[in-house]
Parts: sequence; C-alpha cells; structure tokens
Amino acid sequence: MAIAVAVIVLAVGSVLFFFLSPWYLTPLASNWGTIDDTITITLWVTGAVFLAVNLFLAYVVVRYRFNKRRRSQYDPENKSLELWLTGLTTLGIAGLLAPGLLVWGAFVSPPEEAHQVEVVGQQWHWSFRFPGEDGRFGAAHNRFIGERNPFGMVDDPAGQDDILITSPHLVLPVDRPVKMVLRSKDVLHNVKVANFRAKMDMVPGQTSYFWFTPTVVGEYEIVCAQLCGIAHFAMRGRIEVVDQEVFDAWLGEQPTYADLAQLAPGDPEAGAERYATCAACHGAEGQGNQALNAPKLAGLDAWYLERQLGLFRSGARGSHEDDTYGQQMRPFATMLPDRQAIADVSAYIETLPDQPTEASLADGDPERGARRYRTCANCHGQQGEGIRATNGPRLAGLPDWYLERQLQNFRHGVRGRHRDDPYGNQMIEMAQVLVDDRAVRDVVAYITTLPQPRVDMAAVNTGGVEE
Amino acid sequence: MAEPGHHGVPHAQAGEFDNAELVHPKTFLGKYVWSQDAKVIAIQYGITAIAIGLVALVLSILMRLQLGFPNTFALIDPSSYLQYVTMHGMIMVVYLLTALFLGAFGNYLIPLMCGARDMAFPYLNMLSYWFYLAAVLILLASFFVPGGATGAGWTLYPPQAISPGTPGVDGGILLMLASLGVFIAGFTMGGLNYVVTVLQARTRGMTLMRLPLTIWGIFMATVMALLAFPALLVAILMMLCDMLLGTSFFMPEMLNLGEQSTHAGGSPLLYQHLFWFFGHPEVYIVALPAFGIVSDILATHARKNIFGYRMMVWAIIIIGVLSFVVWAHHMFISGMNPYFGFLFATTTLIIAVPTAIKVYNWVLTLWRGNIHMTVPMLFAIGFIFTFVNGGLSGLFLGNVTVDVPLADTYFVVGHFHMVMAVAPVLVVFGAMYHWYPKITGRMLDDTLGKIHFWVTFLGTYAIFYPMHFMGFAGVPRRYYGYGETAYIPDSIQTLNAFMSVAAIIVALVQLVFFYNLIRSYFRGREAGPNPWQATTLEWQTEHTPPRHGNFGAELPVVYRWAYDYGVPGAKHDFIPQNMPPDEVEKVDPMSQETAQGRLPS
Repeated sequence: MAIAVAVIVLAVGSVLFFFLSPWYLTPLASNWGTIDDTITITLWVTGAVFLAVNLFLAYVVVRYRFNKRRRSQYDPENKSLELWLTGLTTLGIAGLLAPGLLVWGAFVSPPEEAHQVEVVGQQWHWSFRFPGEDGRFGAAHNRFIGERNPFGMVDDPAGQDDILITSPHLVLPVDRPVKMVLRSKDVLHNVKVANFRAKMDMVPGQTSYFWFTPTVVGEYEIVCAQLCGIAHFAMRGRIEVVDQEVFDAWLGEQPTYADLAQLAPGDPEAGAERYATCAACHGAEGQGNQALNAPKLAGLDAWYLERQLGLFRSGARGSHEDDTYGQQMRPFATMLPDRQAIADVSAYIETLPDQPTEASLADGDPERGARRYRTCANCHGQQGEGIRATNGPRLAGLPDWYLERQLQNFRHGVRGRHRDDPYGNQMIEMAQVLVDDRAVRDVVAYITTLPQPRVDMAAVNTGGVEE
Repeated sequence: MAEPGHHGVPHAQAGEFDNAELVHPKTFLGKYVWSQDAKVIAIQYGITAIAIGLVALVLSILMRLQLGFPNTFALIDPSSYLQYVTMHGMIMVVYLLTALFLGAFGNYLIPLMCGARDMAFPYLNMLSYWFYLAAVLILLASFFVPGGATGAGWTLYPPQAISPGTPGVDGGILLMLASLGVFIAGFTMGGLNYVVTVLQARTRGMTLMRLPLTIWGIFMATVMALLAFPALLVAILMMLCDMLLGTSFFMPEMLNLGEQSTHAGGSPLLYQHLFWFFGHPEVYIVALPAFGIVSDILATHARKNIFGYRMMVWAIIIIGVLSFVVWAHHMFISGMNPYFGFLFATTTLIIAVPTAIKVYNWVLTLWRGNIHMTVPMLFAIGFIFTFVNGGLSGLFLGNVTVDVPLADTYFVVGHFHMVMAVAPVLVVFGAMYHWYPKITGRMLDDTLGKIHFWVTFLGTYAIFYPMHFMGFAGVPRRYYGYGETAYIPDSIQTLNAFMSVAAIIVALVQLVFFYNLIRSYFRGREAGPNPWQATTLEWQTEHTPPRHGNFGAELPVVYRWAYDYGVPGAKHDFIPQNMPPDEVEKVDPMSQETAQGRLPS
C-alpha cells in the first residue's frame, strides 16, 4: 500500500513540480522557438504516458495486493491487447519523431542569406573571425598558429580583410541569420548560449557549423559545453546582440588581419623614455618597491604588460572601489597616449634585468601550496614561467606580497570583475579553488620556490637593452 | 505453435555432463580462491564489484560536496573534481554494473537456471575473474601515479584524454586504458562461457523458449558485450598508439597549450564512433539483465505468470540488435555530418517501442496477480517507476532536435542516472534480497530491507529528478563550479545543496544494507530450499546453498516454462519447472480452498 501511495505521490508530484518549479528553459532569444515547441510536444506526450503508466501501476498494486482467498489469473498472453499497446506506442513515437525531424531539417540548412562568423575554440578561450568585405574566409590551419598568428592564417588574399576578434566578446546584429563556423585549436569544445538553444561541438582538424537568428537585443553568456580540460568551467565569453547600425560601427572598429600584420612591434628605445615615469615607483630596473606597493615588473612578458596597461588605461582594471593600489596606477596608465606607447613601454620593461626576489611572507606552507598550484600550472606553467597561449602570465619571480594581494583581489572580485577583462573574469573563477586565506598563502609560498631565472650579468651591465 | 506452458517432449542437450565427471576441489584454496565453481566465482565477482563500486560511491559524494557546497573543501580542486567524475562513471558502468550483472549474477544463475552442473569452461571462467581483479587493481593504481587518475570524462575523448590541460595525462590515462584492455580480455573469457553454457549446457527439456527471462537478459547482454567490447578495445589500442608511438589515429594537427603537436591527420570523431559503438550497447548490456531479473522477481512475488513471455523474449532480442544501430545519438552535436541525425534519431525512437512493451508487460504481469509486497517486490516496483521516468526522458535526448539544447546539460546526467544507474541498481538490490536465501541459506532481514528500499528509492529520485530541470535551465555538466553564470539563477545552488544532502543520505543508508548482508549471514532466519515458492530450477536444488555441481545425483528434467504460477486446476499456486505433469497435484473438486498463502509474511 505504501508503495502505491508513493508511486501516486511521486508521479503526480513530478508533474506538479514541472508546473511549479522556477527552473525551466532560459528566455528564448533566437529563431529556434521550434526547438522549444518540440520540447513542449515531448513533455505533453511523455507526461501523459508517465502519469498513465504509473497511476495504473499504483492501481494494480492496490487492487491486486495479496489476498489469501484469491489466486492470480493465469493469463500468459493477450494478443489483441499486446497489438493495441504496440500500435499506440508506435503512433506516439511517430508523433514525437516527425516534428523532431522536420525541425532538424531546418537546423542543418542555414539560409542562403546568413552571414558567417567563425568561432575558434582553444583551451580556455574563445576568439572570432568575420570574413570581411569579400565575404570569404581566408584559409587558416592549426599548423600555422604561432604567437604572431593566433588564428593560423595562411598567406591567402581572401584572408587579408578577415576581421579578427581576439577577445571572447562577440557582437551580432539582431534579426539576421548567422552561420557559426566552428573550429578548434586544440581539444574539443562546444560553443553554447543557452538562450539561443543551438550549439555544436568544435573539433580540431575539421570545421562544424550551426546557425541561428538572434531575435532579442541583449547580452548573452557563452559557456563551453564539451569537456575541454581543467578550466572547462571557466571558459566563458559573451555575445552582444545589437541593432544593425551598432553592429556595423563595432565591426568597423575591429582590426583586419592585414591591419594586425602591419602593426609595428613595440620599440624598447622609445619605451625607455616613457618608462621614466614608471621608475619613480617601480624602480629604475623594474625591481619594484614594496614600501610604495609597486610590484616588480622586470621578468614579465611584454604581451602581459601590454594587456594590463590597456586594462588600466581603459578602466577595466583599477577602477574597483576597493582596489586602492590599482586606483593609484590608473592615472599613470592613462598618460600613455595610444596602443603604440603601451607596446613601446612594455617592450622596454621586457628587457629589464630580472633579479631574484626575496620571500617576505613566512607563514605559507609550500608543500601544501604545491598541491594547490597544480590547478594554476595548467595556464601559468609547471614552473610558473607563463604560457602565452593560455593567456597565463609568468608568476615565478613575482614578489610574494604582490601575489597574495592579487589572489585575494581575485577571490573577492576586487580585480577581474570588469566586463572587459575576460582573463580577469577567468581568474575570479579559478581563484575560488583557494578556499581560504591559508590556501592563498600556501600557494604563494610554493610559487616563491619556483626557479627564478639566473641573472644575466651581461644584460645587467649593458642596462639590458639589446641593440 | 508452441504454447509457452505446453508440456513439450523432452530432448537431450549436447554438453550435458554428470556430477561424477566434476572434479570436486578438496583444499580451501581450491574451494574458495582458485575455484572453478561458477557460484564461487560469482561471489568473487560480486564482492570485488561491490568493493570497487563503493570507491565510486565515495567519489560521487565528493563531487556532490563540491557541487552542493562549492569552495568549501580545499581537497577538491578542478583536477580532482574531473578525476572523480571520470572514475565514478567508468567504475559504475563497467567495473560495477557490467561485472555485477554478467560476472556475478550471470555466473551464479546461468548454470543453476539452465539446469547445468557448471559453466561450459570452468577453468576459463576462473581466469575471467582473475583478469577482472587485475583490471580493478590496475584501475585503482591510477589514483596513485604522479598526476593521479585520468580526468578526461568517462568517455575518454581524445584529444583531451591524452593532451595537456587534462588531469592524469602522465600515467592515469595509460593505466585506465591498460585496465580496460585487461577487463575486456577477462570479460571475453567469461562471456564466451555464458553464451556457450546457455546454448549448449541446458538440461533436458529446457528449450530456449522455456528459459527464465533472467537468462534471456543475461544471455543477450553477453552476446552484445562480446560484439561491442572489441570496438572499445580497438579504440583504446589506437589511443595507446597515438600516445606512445606517435601515430595519429585520433589526433589531428593541433596545439598543446600553445606548442605545435607532432600529430597530423587523425580524427577525434573516429574515436567517438568507436567508443559509442561500444558505449550504446553497453547501456543495454547493463539494462537487459536488469530487465530479465526484474521480470522474474515480478512474476514470482506477484504469483503470476509473466505477461506476454514470447513478446518479452523478442523485445530483448530486438532491443539487442537495434542497440547496435543507434550509437551516434550520443553524437548529434559532436560535429559529425549533421545529416546522420535523421537516421539515428529514427532508429533511436524505434527502440523505444520494444522497450515500452517491456514496461507494459511488467505492469500487466502484476495486473490480476496476487502481489506479495516483499522487499524484492518493492525494489521491482521502484525499478518500474524509475525506469519509466528514465526511459521517457530518453525520448527527449533521442529526438535529435530536442537533444540540441539539452545535450551536455544536467538533463543528460539526470536521464542516464535514472535509466542506467538507479533503475539497474534497484534491480541489483531486489535480486540480492531475492537470491540471498539461495546463496547463503538464510533470509535477509525484512525491516532493514524496507528501510534500505525506501531511503534509496525516494532519495535517488530526490537527487536525480531535479537534475532534469537544471538541464532545461541550461546548466552544463562536468563543471567544477558555476561562479556567476549570467543565465543560471542562484536558486540552482540551493537545489544543488539539497541534492547533495539527499546523496549523502542515500550513500549512508547503504551501510544498513551491508549490515544486513553480514548480520543475516550469521543470524538470519533459515530460508529452506524455496522460500519464495518459485518455479525456476535454482530453487529446486537438493542442497541450499547448492554444492559444487549444483544438483544432486541427477540433473533436473524440465517439463514446462518458468512461469507456471496460479495454473488453473493445480493445487498449489506454482508448479516448478522440473515437476512432471503427472505429479502436479490437482485441486480437490470438492474443496473450496483454491488459494494458497504460503509465503512467509
């Protein structure tokens, strides 16, 4: 008896839960209302069967419960009943399958007028490419990917006008069908925006696609839906759906492949002059000054410095009210007039001699920290040497007081929360691995044990500038 | 046309052998360790599978701790989380459920229910277990190598399975692949045995259409496993070559955290096809034995013949065959040619028909029965409810369009746990309560059994039903944490905490079950040879527990199908399969007493 009650309560309760629970599909923002319709059809059909079978089960359990005076009916087969049930089930299944296949027919056929965007997945980052004015993507291949060519562009005339979006922020025009052409630099990924419904894996060595029409202006989060390694959960991005004019304006600001190729590399000599301002706090040789809360800069890679200076300059870093020292840095960064100035000063700092730092914190346990660090190692390198491909800067050789402060800033969202700081966003996610202050100190203690580069005496003597 | 209940002409079977031909072991080692007795091997399989299953249970609790209470436990970092996910899945699917249903129940029940003295190849059967044990030990060892176990997900998809950025690429994945290879070798030895025994060693009169559905389920699952595991073996060998010899079966030109790899030209999708060519049948390798066993539990405890026996047998066969042509429904959004979707959605939904028929027939078996609400019956009803739920959610994922938004979300996690984790495990429990009296000679405690059932049944539903709604909301699976995902409401976190608490309770109540198993072994009520008054041959043995050789001096002869419950005109409400027609007691036409209520209450 209890089991019959349980079956009834669970069956009815499950259906009620569906109607009462706050959790259901995210608001639709694409043309794939038809997908939602097939879900609704499936819900009605399966819901009816679920109730019918289970309520009948409960009835049977009560009606034919054990009774000493009764015997079960000997009834091995009932052809017509079996045929009826098979026939009805087949009908129900066909009723589910038909709309499913119809919508799938639309899903696999992007409309002619759809514009194209290429989505490139990599561990743990998104980037995008538009075909440019000629409407054709230039050839690209993983084999050609390198530091200066993150998209693996092949020398192809069609590729010169391709528009490259290296940050994981994409803008799309509303009400215009778009075919997303997908590829991956490394492992499997899957570009998913819940509100658009459509998604597809990205597979290295081939392309895949899906299409949709964004129908609602707004901002949508991209998540990765195919396990891609340790930071799978932190592989985020953003799609902004805007009006056509806004989109056109945005796209016009984005650099083409040709623009980027012509970009002059940072000039250390020009940067040396600009560095004079920085030297006041960070020291003439970028050695840092704890008393002034100025971290060491020497030893950091130019690409990382460029990015951070850019963030300071735009206010994506150092604008949080609790980031006192970041706020101090901001006005200095805004003194750098343009992208070239940032590149120059970064190039100069990269040439400064890297002196070993002394540990200043005593209470961290490097052995415990080593275990914590295995998460960090995936992006920052086993030796904390930094990996450009994962956008993870070098950590070895940074002063421990600075590392601790920044990790705490990430943990508390003081740094990295700004919407234009995608790698900071990612660090906020990753810093949650450090569950308390002790974990932070432990991992910092471990990082200070990582090998710091030997001091290159020759470089020190010549002031580090290579002619 | 042969009526299932027809008293057919007995005919001799090849491969039958005498008790006298069996060499009975004399030493302790021979009896209990290097045993060639299928029943001992079954128990070895069972204990090993449950032991490794407990490891996987602990891993699931660790996952639930992280999901329910994120950023609380310093022990659980993203690497270890993915390692828990991977090892939990692989252990539960392969090392627990496959081994338990085929290695443990298969070994114990096939010879007994077919009326054979033992498996066809007892020595090979013994080797099968020792290979299995080795596979389990290799798998466990992977937790202790540098870098730890693999965290590639139980599907072990390349490139990530063997590329940096995934936990366990140093040694863990190697040991995982090695362990699977050893497992498959061991399984093949056992599997060939089960198939040959069912086909060749059935006793006189035991035609295929008189086999209990338990045997049909195990038999078909074994045939499928023998055909499916080689695909996995090929896949892991190729992956090993890619890893160790620098070949590129699955590895395209790609980057390893920024460095150009040396691979070129491989196809990650090729692996997925091979994996799911194994992986989908694997679902039914777990499900079909459960289908079979639950049929027998329902019939026995409802005192009712199974409804539509022949339909049930054909449904098992059709499901077995169809399950080899649906594999790519796991790959609808994998980047394979999307036109495959039409074909695989169609085959997938077709398979729902025979599956639905099985559900109807289970319920119709209870219909007009005389249902004893024993603990095995509770588990069987719990199974039907859970399986209906899990089967119906399969209609979402199998229907290609509906799969698109739900794939890789918690809807999938909820679905497969309902259909191939909770449902089969409920059958495993039901089966243990059902056959424990035969295995040990003692009954399990009823009250403890009911506590175990209720908490497990309700608790697992509380864990997995809400997952479907997280899936609707688009919550992706295999996430260490959700941080601040714009479209995921905060209430999901509350739900996660609730599910975690439920999971911990369900895990703890399993202790009651183990306590019951151990206590009843020493202090349980004496069961007698046939406590459930069942018809099948294992209950008709001379000794309980059955000795080496299973039956007494003579093998039983079978005169009828396995479901003669409530036969009109018979005095008792069940007629054992081996009871000759002329020995069946008839109802005294003068007596009003037609019903039998002999089950222990």
